[in-house]
Amino acid sequence: MKGKWSYLLIFPALLFIIFFLVVPILLTMVSTVQVDNGWALSGYANFFKDYYLRDIYFRTLKIAGITTLLAAFLGFPTSYYISRSAKKYRGIFLVLAVFPLLTSPVVRSFSWMIILGKNGIINDILMALSLVDEPLNLLYTEFSVITGLLYLFLPLMILSLVGVMENIDGELIRAAESLGASKFKAFMKIVFPLSLPGLIIGTALVFTGSFTAYTTPMLLGGDKTRVLSTLIYENALALFNWDQASLIAAVMIITTFTIVILINYFSDKLNPGGVK
Amino acid sequence: MNEKGKTLSIFTLLVYFFLIAPLVIIALTAFGESEFLKFPPESFSIRWFVNAFQTEMFISTFIISLKVAVISTFLALLMGIPASYIISRGNFKHKRLIESFFLSPVLIPQIVFGFSLFNFLIIKLKLPVFSSLLIGHTIFIIPYIIRVISANLENFDYEIEEAAVIFGASPLKTFFIIVLPNISSGVIASFILAFINSFNNVPISVFLTGPGISTLPIQMMSYVEYYFDPTVAALSVLLMLMTTVLMFIIERSLGLNYFVEN
Repeated sequence: MKGKWSYLLIFPALLFIIFFLVVPILLTMVSTVQVDNGWALSGYANFFKDYYLRDIYFRTLKIAGITTLLAAFLGFPTSYYISRSAKKYRGIFLVLAVFPLLTSPVVRSFSWMIILGKNGIINDILMALSLVDEPLNLLYTEFSVITGLLYLFLPLMILSLVGVMENIDGELIRAAESLGASKFKAFMKIVFPLSLPGLIIGTALVFTGSFTAYTTPMLLGGDKTRVLSTLIYENALALFNWDQASLIAAVMIITTFTIVILINYFSDKLNPGGVK
Repeated sequence: MNEKGKTLSIFTLLVYFFLIAPLVIIALTAFGESEFLKFPPESFSIRWFVNAFQTEMFISTFIISLKVAVISTFLALLMGIPASYIISRGNFKHKRLIESFFLSPVLIPQIVFGFSLFNFLIIKLKLPVFSSLLIGHTIFIIPYIIRVISANLENFDYEIEEAAVIFGASPLKTFFIIVLPNISSGVIASFILAFINSFNNVPISVFLTGPGISTLPIQMMSYVEYYFDPTVAALSVLLMLMTTVLMFIIERSLGLNYFVEN
C-alpha cells in the first residue's frame, strides 16, 4: 500500500470505539471497586451475600443453561437433516431459519404472549380437553422465559451447526455403514465429532445470548421472573440505584467473558487447531 | 434423502413448526376484529391496521427508528469501510488483534453497554438523547459492517487498483472508481444487516430515550404493558413485511449462506 498516511484511515473507527465503548464500559467496571477511601471488592461480596441478588444470578444462569441444552437437543438432529437435504429444500430451510432471526425480538416475544396468555391457545386447548379447570399461569414464569429464549436463539444454533455439518463428506458415513456400523453408531462416531466446532460456536452464541437477553425476559418474565438484565434496568431507571446497576452490569460482563473463555479453552482441548 | 429415517424428518418438521407457527399466529391475530387478542379470531377486519396508522406515537417513533437506523448505518459505513480496507490491504503487526478489536462490540452484553452509555453520555457528558442514541447504535453495528466488507475485500484483486495508480489515478479516485464499485454488493448487504439490527434494537435504546424521543420497538413494548389489543400484532405484520423485503435484498447481494458460514 502506498504511503504510511493511509493507515490513518483506521483511526476514526478505532477512536470511536475506544471513546464510546471501552471508556464507558471501563467507567462502569471501575465504579464497582471504588469505595470512599480506595479500592475494595466488598460490592461483589455483598452481591453474593444478598439472597435476592444471588437467586436472580443463579436463575439467569439456569435459564441460559436450560435454553442452550434445549437448543442443542432440537438443533442437532434438525441441522443434520438440513445438511443432508437436497439443495432446493435446504434453501427453504435456511430462509425459514434466517427470517425469525431478522424479525424484531419484540414481535417474536409478543407472539408467545398470545400463545401462553390466560386466554391463549395453550390454555384454550387444555380447557377444551378438560385437563385443567381454570387457566394456568404460564406467562411470567421461568417456563415462558425459557420458551421465548429458545424461540429466539434456536435459529442461531441451527445455522452454526448446518455450517459445519454441510462439510462432512457423506461418503464417510456411507463407508462406516457399509463396514457394518449401525446408523446410530455411524452418527455418533463420525457426524458428532466432526460437528463439534459448530456445536461449540452455537453453544457460545446461545448461552451468552440468553444470559444477557433483555427484551424476551422483560416481556415474558416481567417483574415476576426477574433476570440480571431486567434487574439492571429496574435498578437504573426505576429505583435510580446506579451503583447497584453498575455492580450487576459488571457481574454480567465478568460471567459472560469467563464463559466465553472456558468454552474456547475446552474447544481447543477437544479440537486442537480447529475452527473457533 | 432415503438414507435417514422418517423419525428425523418428522422431528425436523416439528422443530420448524415451532419456529414458524408463532409468526403465523401473530399474523392471523392481527386481522381479528375483537378488542382483545384471540386466536383463532372469530371474525376478520383490518381495523387494527388502521388503528396502528392512526396512533400518533407509533408513527412518530417509527420515524425516529428509521432516522436512527439510517444515520447510524451511514456513520458506521463511513468509519467501517476505510477500516476494513486497511485491515484487508495493509500489512502491519497485530492485524488480527485490531480486527478482533473492531468486532469486540458484539462481545459486550447490549444491556450493559446501554446502561454504561447512559451513565457516560447522558449523565456525565450531558449529551442530548438523540445523539447518544445515534452513537450507541453506530458502535454496535460497526462489527456487522467490518465483517461483511472485509470478507468482500478478501476477494478483491488489488492488482487492478495498482494498475489504476500506475496510469496516474490518485489514491482517492482509485478507491472510488475501482475499489468501491467492486465491493458494492458487500456495502449493500452490510447496510441492510446494520439497518435491521439497529431498527430492531431494544437493550441499548431502552436507556437512551427521553421526552419525545423513543424508538418503535420500545414504544411497542410499553404499549403491550397497558393494552392487550391486536394493534401490536398489526404492527408486527408490517414489520415482518419489511423483514421480508430486506431479507430478499440480502439474499440477492450476499446470499443466505452468509448466515451459515461462521
